Amino acid sequence: MGPGESNLGPLALQANILTVNGKNATGSLSLPTPVVAEASPAVSPGDTSVLAGVYGPAEVKVSKEIFNKATLEVILRPKTGLPGVPEKSRERLIRSTCEAVVLGALHPRTSITVVLQVVSDAGSLLACCLNAACMALVDAGVPMRALFCGVTCALDSDGTLVLDPTTKQEKEARAVLTFALDSVEQKLLMSTTKGLYSDAELQQCLAAAQAAAQHVFRFFRESLQRRYSKS
Amino acid sequence: MAAGFKTVEPLEYYRRFLKENCRPDGRELGEFRTTTVNIGYISTADGSALVKLGNTTVICGVKAEFATPPTDAPDKGYIVPNVDLPPLCSSRFRAGPPGEEAQVTSQFIADVIENSQVIQKEDLCISPGKLAWVLYCDLICLDYDGNILDACTFALLAALKDVQLLEVTINEETALAEVNLKKKSYLNIGTHPVATSFAVFDDTLLLVDPTAEEEHLAAGTLTVVMDEKGRLCCLHKPGGSGLNGAKLQDCMSRAVTRHKEVKKLMEEVIKSMKPK
Repeated sequence: MGPGESNLGPLALQANILTVNGKNATGSLSLPTPVVAEASPAVSPGDTSVLAGVYGPAEVKVSKEIFNKATLEVILRPKTGLPGVPEKSRERLIRSTCEAVVLGALHPRTSITVVLQVVSDAGSLLACCLNAACMALVDAGVPMRALFCGVTCALDSDGTLVLDPTTKQEKEARAVLTFALDSVEQKLLMSTTKGLYSDAELQQCLAAAQAAAQHVFRFFRESLQRRYSKS
Repeated sequence: MAAGFKTVEPLEYYRRFLKENCRPDGRELGEFRTTTVNIGYISTADGSALVKLGNTTVICGVKAEFATPPTDAPDKGYIVPNVDLPPLCSSRFRAGPPGEEAQVTSQFIADVIENSQVIQKEDLCISPGKLAWVLYCDLICLDYDGNILDACTFALLAALKDVQLLEVTINEETALAEVNLKKKSYLNIGTHPVATSFAVFDDTLLLVDPTAEEEHLAAGTLTVVMDEKGRLCCLHKPGGSGLNGAKLQDCMSRAVTRHKEVKKLMEEVIKSMKPK
């Protein structure tokens, strides 16, 4: 179990198009990230699952409208309880990441809303939210300059790197780093960290995350190919 | 004429300066604004500090009160930070419940306290399971001119260094807390987290200590919180254009220099203050 060990299990993707009234809901995807080494077609206990819905480009309130680009809004609903300050903080992170890739200038004075509902949390929640948001935006046909994905790294007390940690691994880790990377050059779009770590460890985690991101993007591509080749 | 150009094309106006490696206010790309700190400013608080980063002004007041420790951690106290961005500091904030910016900043400060372990919560416990200190840290922005995260972190650290807790003993017979008003002790500050914020322009240029205008024009911001041993407590990059590893390295080295500057400033101020 040397440094760089990754237990980034295979991802599973289910695409359900929500047609609430055929006009509003533009697309939604549920993206479970199984921790066991088997791809599961349905969500089973021990998976992190987030449901994402994208609505837009739609009409925007005059108070929120921006004259030259689209207004992006992210709403994150926790599994239980009312959304609080930590949810607001995560919404801001996801929103800023989406704003960096969505071509808002093509839809000025409109609003694009991403609604994320946490279905189950078994670790690496923010990364799962980011993946779900990206796929939902692609499914909705929102123009983007790149795809993005979320990767979580956990560093334990002796410096071992674990990718995609479970809740237990996150709790016992010395530091947990979540990155959002873009698909073009794997540049760092968003980063949020917990715990203490050194500069060298940061570079190590970033390199590992960039390698893992390739897997995630390949999975995105394969899922989309499967979906669009069927219909 | 320059004012007209600035209104119509603010980004181009900025680019003209950045080409010459400086900014409209005369600073270089890696230069911080004048930092001033005033410790022990509020006499009614147990610890306080006022920090000015150029125009950005943040005041932090710490009040210590009693509480029962949490049931899942009976030997720990509480530190509760709260950042308030009132309409007084900038026209972008409205009166009413805390907006998104205030909530995000509060969460950031809570994360910095938690990650850097600036104070061990065990130090705040008086009697396990029965009595502990709770430190309410209220940060209020008096003037918002960008780089609120750096100012808040510095104000919090300075205020915590100023906090003096009274000695409390539990009387064995009556099981009541007895406070000795004459004996006070400073908090045991473990590490000194210092935040350094950057604004990313045009995917390549990194400007240190952005003003409100620069933050608005920038493609993204990045905040690095470092302690004196060079360990990172927080790398906060909420979206914005992408950065590669080499650029991050530049940020780290700048953060290290900034840490030394801030530590020196704080030590000078504390030395000039004592004895109270």
